[in-house]
Amino acid sequence: MKQLFSGPALATFAAAAVMNVSAVLAAQTSITVGMQLEPPNLDPTGGAAAAIDEVVYANVFEGLTRYQADGSVAPALAKSWTISDDGLVYTFSLHSGVKFHDGSAMDAEDVKFSLDRARAEDSTNAQKRLFTGIASVDAVDALTVKITLSNPDGGFITNLAWGDAVIVAPESIENAKTAPVGTGPFTFSRWVQGDRVELARNPDYWGDAVALEKATFKFISDPTAAFAAMMAGDIDAFPGYPAPETLPQFEADPRFRVIVGSTEGETILSTNNKAENLSDVRIRQAIAHAIDRQAIIDGAMFGYGTPIGTHFAPHHPDYVDLTGGSAHDPAKARALLKEAGAENLTLSLKLPPPSYARRGGEIIAAQLREVGIGTEIENLEWAQWLEQVFRGKDFDLTIVSHTEPMDIGIYANPDYYFQYDSAAFQGLIDDLKLATAPADRTRILQAAQKQIAGDYVNGYLFQLARTGVANARINGLWENAPTQANDLTGVSWSD
Amino acid sequence: MLSYILSRLVALALSLVVASLVIFVMIELVPGDPASFMLGLNAAPDTVAALRAELGLGGSPVERYLRWVGGMLQGDFGTSYTYRAPVAELVTARLAVSLPLALMALLLSTLIAIPVGLYAASRRGRQGDWSVMGLTQLGIAIPNFWFAMILVVIFAINLRWFSAGGFPGWDQGIWPSLKALTLPAVALALPQASILARVMRSAVLEVLGQDYIRTARAKGLSRRRTLTDHALRNALIPVLTIIGLQFSFLIAGAIIIENVFFLPGLGRLVFQGITQRDLIVVESVVMLLVFAVILVNFLVDIAYGLADPRLRRRS
Repeated sequence: MKQLFSGPALATFAAAAVMNVSAVLAAQTSITVGMQLEPPNLDPTGGAAAAIDEVVYANVFEGLTRYQADGSVAPALAKSWTISDDGLVYTFSLHSGVKFHDGSAMDAEDVKFSLDRARAEDSTNAQKRLFTGIASVDAVDALTVKITLSNPDGGFITNLAWGDAVIVAPESIENAKTAPVGTGPFTFSRWVQGDRVELARNPDYWGDAVALEKATFKFISDPTAAFAAMMAGDIDAFPGYPAPETLPQFEADPRFRVIVGSTEGETILSTNNKAENLSDVRIRQAIAHAIDRQAIIDGAMFGYGTPIGTHFAPHHPDYVDLTGGSAHDPAKARALLKEAGAENLTLSLKLPPPSYARRGGEIIAAQLREVGIGTEIENLEWAQWLEQVFRGKDFDLTIVSHTEPMDIGIYANPDYYFQYDSAAFQGLIDDLKLATAPADRTRILQAAQKQIAGDYVNGYLFQLARTGVANARINGLWENAPTQANDLTGVSWSD
Repeated sequence: MLSYILSRLVALALSLVVASLVIFVMIELVPGDPASFMLGLNAAPDTVAALRAELGLGGSPVERYLRWVGGMLQGDFGTSYTYRAPVAELVTARLAVSLPLALMALLLSTLIAIPVGLYAASRRGRQGDWSVMGLTQLGIAIPNFWFAMILVVIFAINLRWFSAGGFPGWDQGIWPSLKALTLPAVALALPQASILARVMRSAVLEVLGQDYIRTARAKGLSRRRTLTDHALRNALIPVLTIIGLQFSFLIAGAIIIENVFFLPGLGRLVFQGITQRDLIVVESVVMLLVFAVILVNFLVDIAYGLADPRLRRRS
């Protein structure tokens, strides 16, 4: 979404807003949550837009398992499960008495329907790959489901926690895009397109009732308008707050609380490994040494973000800090370029709309210029970026945040847009799929991180932070974003 | 007269055909596939193909053009890719915000501009005239989004009389909705009123130089009566023309103000449609706007014909 005005305009606002310190009086059982993007529809099984999950995940729809605030995966509609010794058969037992919002019962047939629909030939599920390992789904009895995989997959339980894997009913899926019917603690009330989505407490919820009676998601795309709405008290919480430059002002104001958390977004200087000059690892290494990560975090992200040296989330227990291997060292970068005979290099740098890319791109271009690499910056819209960069692979460098959790597996696909083709890495990922013992998985994941860092596949910049603002009396909002969600099930107001 | 109307009708139909072709070709040239945009980075190619088929994106451009135009002739403007709702429904919902907003802004600007312009004309060359001219110059120069932000700072953040934006919907009561539209309407009205007041002033001044005004004064009519009875009515014609132009601008051109106040209006629908590659929405809404403008021009042509017999005969 286009940002209409920034710096000076925000300063005008900021100065005026300091004068106001009166307290907000809000109802104790309703909340208005701000979001920058409106979801295109409300069916998490039929679209990739993060905004869909940010409204309905855990609130309206539930899966067999779910992500929790700390990133761990917990049982949801499945009470418990057993895994056969060969790792192929998962038997889930479901909670009894679970009802969809239209009053129909949720049973094993609905689970079978949902998973079969997601993996079907004509499925339009954006994460269909999560389900491709499923060989069959059988409803053993009303509350028991048996899922058979074609190969063991240590990540299967986590896959089921995604918003794309929620359980839906055949009776109501037809209209789910505009009137979602799930099993969650909130029911869908209405959607005023372009303005807001309203949810209400589900009186017949099978689990613990939620504290909030009403929740409204309001869509404000402009950062300045978001600031004004927060300051005016129109919005109670803005978890993905789009104007980080105004956060110090909220920090100084006792009415508000600033929430800085981590996301699953590895922000990288994505490099076309098959491009003319970039297939030479020395040049990719030179680029890595030319980059000063902290300068990018400070300059483009207002200081929010954690440096990374590989494609892995730093808050994950298996993370290895490899930033040392690509430390900022312009002299070394120049030497490497000289050795590779590429002293007058000019590369294309195609930037998608988010500010991390546009602002970060300018800084990276300056850092590359310092070691003698010229760049041609081209700003693209998302749709253009998808077409030219992601599908057409017509680029040298681009900046993008890969926001899916645990997505290091993308490096095993030689056709993926950065075109990294390493038999060693592909072997590691094959091993990972078969490994179910935690120690084995840790060892393999760490080896995989080191492999891509050592091959300097991409420039690894930082883990995207999630900065939010909320009324200081609100408790229970997620701090980190292990998945794209605004889980309101644990949210309440204190007096 | 009948042949005049017929010739105007043919011109109208031709304009619509040309407009639909231009719009279609331009949308065809926009890079970016709606289906892969909707499915994101991890989608498999066969998933994208399945969605393309579901959205009706297959077929040759000629086929798609004919399907689009054929649908519109039957009153079917297509189904939004992203919202999966009929475009006609989306437009109706957005007009419920944009139309009242435009009307409020127009009413406000007219109510301000006509007396102000009249006043300035009556004080020509004196201090009252200078001040009005200076202030309206300022009103035109101030960007309306900046003015909108100042309004938000004062009335939403500090005084808390209004909320900073959003629209509750007419079913929540007329008063809350009107209240939500007040600040945006004021922000939109200021530059429009400034322009209109200046037009009004010069129109009145021109009329005041006419012989019949001198005659009216000579037969003993007071200054005030001359101004209201003779000058005002004659000066209104150019003012009405400007008001008409401003109205079509306000319906579609309020995008920036809609962004500042996060209002779900027509401008934002088009803007969102472009960024999300919801091309059918863009196509159909732009076509509707073109139709509205052409229709207004047609009606104006007819009105001219009624008013001026020479135009009728010439055709």
